[in-house]
Amino acid sequence: MTIGEIAKLTNAKVLTGEDLLSKEVLTACGADLMSDVLAYIRNQSVLITGLTNAQTVRTSEMMDIVCIVIVRGKQPAPGMVELAAESGIAVLSTGYSMYTTCGILHNNGLSGGERVIA
Amino acid sequence: MPKLHFKYDIDGDDFTRAGEASSKLKQSLKQLGLSPALIRRASIAMYEGEINMVAHADGGVIDVDIDTVAITIVMKDTGKGIEDIAAAMKEGFSTASDEVRQMGFGAGMGLPNMKKHSDYMKVDSTVGVGTTVTMKISIVGE
Repeated sequence: MTIGEIAKLTNAKVLTGEDLLSKEVLTACGADLMSDVLAYIRNQSVLITGLTNAQTVRTSEMMDIVCIVIVRGKQPAPGMVELAAESGIAVLSTGYSMYTTCGILHNNGLSGGERVIA
Repeated sequence: MPKLHFKYDIDGDDFTRAGEASSKLKQSLKQLGLSPALIRRASIAMYEGEINMVAHADGGVIDVDIDTVAITIVMKDTGKGIEDIAAAMKEGFSTASDEVRQMGFGAGMGLPNMKKHSDYMKVDSTVGVGTTVTMKISIVGE
């Protein structure tokens, strides 16, 4: 799935990263807790989150996450979008909740890509 | 590869800037042409440590040495120290403030995750004096 398709499916505004819309993402995760994001490695993924500060971008940068989807139309903290632009990370804003956003993307074939923890 | 040294001063006052040093290191490692998996391990390990330095110790200094064998990251602060290192190493143990939790951290995953992403980790800490964390990420075999 491309970042552009994610924007379309979730009816999201592109806050930064217009040039990244054709980029492919392979997996996704939904989390407000950055500690959890940092504990699980995934490749070329998208982060669906309600946390909209600089650390959301820094965490994404460390994890090679290429796209952040902000849910519930929340406002990004000052500087967040600029930092993402500098880091080459797309930021989308959708009016859907985290649960619904994850559901839409999963239904359309974007998986979590994780191993099930027994 | 030549031996390289990087030094970063970590500002303890501004949580929004936490991670700047790790971001800079990641850029430098990319320029060295190291593998993405290795770069990510080093970046995550240092970022977790950097967050800890800002969250608990009012900043500090990070020295990174890179040679043909390993990336060595030494994080030194003069903060309040860790009372019980064994407890702090357990997943879920946290003494983070509400402010830190609001930033998406403080789940008690930092030190365990640093250990997970490094090949060697040592924590030296004295209450009231400070903490030094040394991590090595092996390059051999890359």
